[in-house]
Amino acid sequence: MAHDEVSGHDTAASDSSAVETTRGTTAGTTVIASDVVNPGEPPHRKRVTDVDPKANKTAQRSVYTLFYLSIAGSVFAVAAYMAFPIEDGDPTALRLNTLFIGIGIALALFGIGLAAVHWGKALMYDKEGIDERHPVRGTDATRERAVEIFEQADKESGFGRRTLIRNSLIGALVAFPLPGLVLFRGLGPQNEDPVELLSHTMWQKGSRLTLDPTGIPVKAADITIGSVFHIIPEGLNEREDRLEQKAKAAVLLMRLNPDDLNISPGREGWSYDGIVAYSKICTHVGCPVALYEQQTHHLLCPCHQSTFDVVNECEVIFGPAKRPLPQLPIEVDSEGYLVAKSDFNEPVGPSFWERP
Amino acid sequence: MTSTIERADAHEAPVSKPAKGGGFTGAAANYIDERTSISGVVKEFGRKIFPDHWSFMLGEVALYSFVVIILSGTFLTFFFQASMVETHYDGSFVPLKGVEMSAAMESALHISFDVRGGLLVRQIHHWAALLFIAAIGLHMLRVFFTGAFRKPRELNWVIGFLLFVLAMAEGFTGYSLPDDLLSGNGLRIIDGLIKGLPFIGTWTSFLLFGGEFPGTDIVGRFYTLHILLLPAILVAFLALHLVFVVVHKHTQFAGPGRTEKNVIGYPILPVYAAKAGGFFFLVFGVIALMAAFFTINPIWNYGPYDPSPVSAGTQPDWYIGFADGALRLIPPGLEFVWLGHTWSFNIIIPVIALVGLLALVAIYPFVESWVSGDKREHHILDRPRNAPTRTAIGAAGVTFYAGLWAAASSDLMATHFQLSIEGVIHVIQAWTVLGPFLAYFVTKRVCIALMKKDREIVLHGFESGRIVRLPGGEYIEVHEQVDDYERWKLVDYEVYEPLMLRPNSKGKITGAQRLRSRMSKWFFEDRIAPVRTQELEASHAHGHDGTHGEIEKGPGLV
Repeated sequence: MAHDEVSGHDTAASDSSAVETTRGTTAGTTVIASDVVNPGEPPHRKRVTDVDPKANKTAQRSVYTLFYLSIAGSVFAVAAYMAFPIEDGDPTALRLNTLFIGIGIALALFGIGLAAVHWGKALMYDKEGIDERHPVRGTDATRERAVEIFEQADKESGFGRRTLIRNSLIGALVAFPLPGLVLFRGLGPQNEDPVELLSHTMWQKGSRLTLDPTGIPVKAADITIGSVFHIIPEGLNEREDRLEQKAKAAVLLMRLNPDDLNISPGREGWSYDGIVAYSKICTHVGCPVALYEQQTHHLLCPCHQSTFDVVNECEVIFGPAKRPLPQLPIEVDSEGYLVAKSDFNEPVGPSFWERP
Repeated sequence: MTSTIERADAHEAPVSKPAKGGGFTGAAANYIDERTSISGVVKEFGRKIFPDHWSFMLGEVALYSFVVIILSGTFLTFFFQASMVETHYDGSFVPLKGVEMSAAMESALHISFDVRGGLLVRQIHHWAALLFIAAIGLHMLRVFFTGAFRKPRELNWVIGFLLFVLAMAEGFTGYSLPDDLLSGNGLRIIDGLIKGLPFIGTWTSFLLFGGEFPGTDIVGRFYTLHILLLPAILVAFLALHLVFVVVHKHTQFAGPGRTEKNVIGYPILPVYAAKAGGFFFLVFGVIALMAAFFTINPIWNYGPYDPSPVSAGTQPDWYIGFADGALRLIPPGLEFVWLGHTWSFNIIIPVIALVGLLALVAIYPFVESWVSGDKREHHILDRPRNAPTRTAIGAAGVTFYAGLWAAASSDLMATHFQLSIEGVIHVIQAWTVLGPFLAYFVTKRVCIALMKKDREIVLHGFESGRIVRLPGGEYIEVHEQVDDYERWKLVDYEVYEPLMLRPNSKGKITGAQRLRSRMSKWFFEDRIAPVRTQELEASHAHGHDGTHGEIEKGPGLV
């Protein structure tokens, strides 16, 4: 389309310099430049403040007024610090404290900033100057001397000649950071097996399903069709590693019409009269799958929008997750409380390399 | 004997002093110089010239917001407790009274509600951080689109790239420190992301968190990274970055009098000291104003971290959005068990895409210089239009990034505009994959069209808006010639011709050479050469003052 609208021949001949290409090849990329002559710097144009003494005076006045305004701003900020206490815990007081100290500081800063820039632009001598550029590389003499120094050092030390010394030095330098690296093994737990930890949760046969965060056990009779409960295992709140356990054991409890549930062989006894319990931890990267759409029976992860279908054992119907949410087998104990039948039958939460 | 010599020396030094003018300032300057030889620094740098252009301020914004970050962050460290020890909140914020939380969260609330001006400084710190990364991003785009990364500045581009990555790391570690619900969820996502990596994932996660997620170590560790390790590296690279700016001298746009061998602009003392110094206060002022008026990261609304609750519409800070978006865009079902291990391609592919994007950014200068074979120093900036392929590549990159970034807000778009989340994701998926190609094509054509327009203006002048009726009744618009200075801005650029594929000294054509030739063709095939004197003269002789040329050319106006 726009292929070289200037005939390449005469341009290449007269002006363009062939650019050196990678070492050892002769092929070069041709540069096409204009041969129009640089007209040089345009004549200096005076500003209003240069020619009109009144404008000059006004600019001068603006500059020092702004500096004084800045002082006023600083004083205002200090006064605001004292005038707006926040100690009584009133949110309005906090807002005013933040607002007025902030405005004072901003005024102090803008005053200095505007004044300095205005001073620079309107009053300071504004003829542009010229600096010469020199090639970034050192001069040939400097480079030669540098090479000479290295050669001399090499000769005096025998670095290149005494290869045994040199190689052993390199070896030692490579080896010496290793202990330091090994020390960082201590960042992780020494006597725990991550795979083992990730494969089990607090749930075990008979542990009651309790409400999150209160820990009150729930009875099957309390769960009406269409409702959803956030569940943690009983005793979780008393544990030292409460958050670590919760990050694996959090469960969503829902009751659907038993006829709506499609139960696969082997999972017949995992639910109780339409009450199902699924891990709340997303199988994508572990966010809590907290949004339940009652009408469609879909669970939605608010982080990356993976959507799970509760009717079909929480299989993924949209989003980046692949695996269904693991189901917690549940039953009812003699007092009518919901309890776990066992732990989850697979690791919950995000996938990991060693996961079978 | 020696003492006399010393005394003679001592007598010699003060002789030069009065010449400089007396007074306290002179005496103080003399005192310092005699102990530091600082006059050499003033002589070397005091009148150093910096060229002027609004786009050169973007890097300054980044620098100044970093200074603000250091100032405000230092203040915060005096109050913040980087500990995950469980405690019960007992501060002024009533709704959270008695709630169990970590000491980190409690101290962050203490800064917000019980330290006068503490909330202001917290918000200054956070806003400055958001501005810092935004300014770095824009600065990088400026450098990219103007070709300022070319020799001798390739290494400084890489240093700047590292600063960008470090800034994002600083942002993420800082975001995680208050240990609130939102930041904890961010960490949860990072944990899941790391666990999904093959071979190293599980152990990396356990090393990072000191055991199972969330553990009680991560805030302390991130604190060390956030206030010690990362800032130390960042400051070192920043210093190096600025040293190179001095060594290379700043680039300048083409203009009358400007060449590859000079730099035209204002001296540091006094003009740049005033303008750049004043600009620091302006940047700080804008940040202070934002912090005074706009709440950022209201952790008290989120509450302490708990793995179970989460609110809908959670958003990361903007600069992490592209990573979060990449996780959302990946199509479903990309996870397999193979050879007894779980391969989470729903994580591996986004990670590769992100790392790949960043790697391309880092190595671009070397790719372009290899393709062009240009080993000269470049100090005159390209106007983006004059390097159409580079500009188009940049536009494609920006479009790709924009797709990933938009995806991080897919749920908000769906709820705000009442669309289905599936629809939004599918549209952004298409955008992210096809958009870059479209952007590339459109940008390249627009650049070439603009170059044609420039060429037209140089040869035939610009439309003056003056309509003249000729004796024959014909109307024409008078075109006026641009003056020498304006013309120079339009012609002072270079284009390359594609590389000719020739055998090397051994008479062979290597594969690398073939690739280079193909890429050279891709880069430089479409081009508009700058106007040459001959053409200019021809065009003028033709129309003698431009007006005539247009009369001849002016079609369809009769």
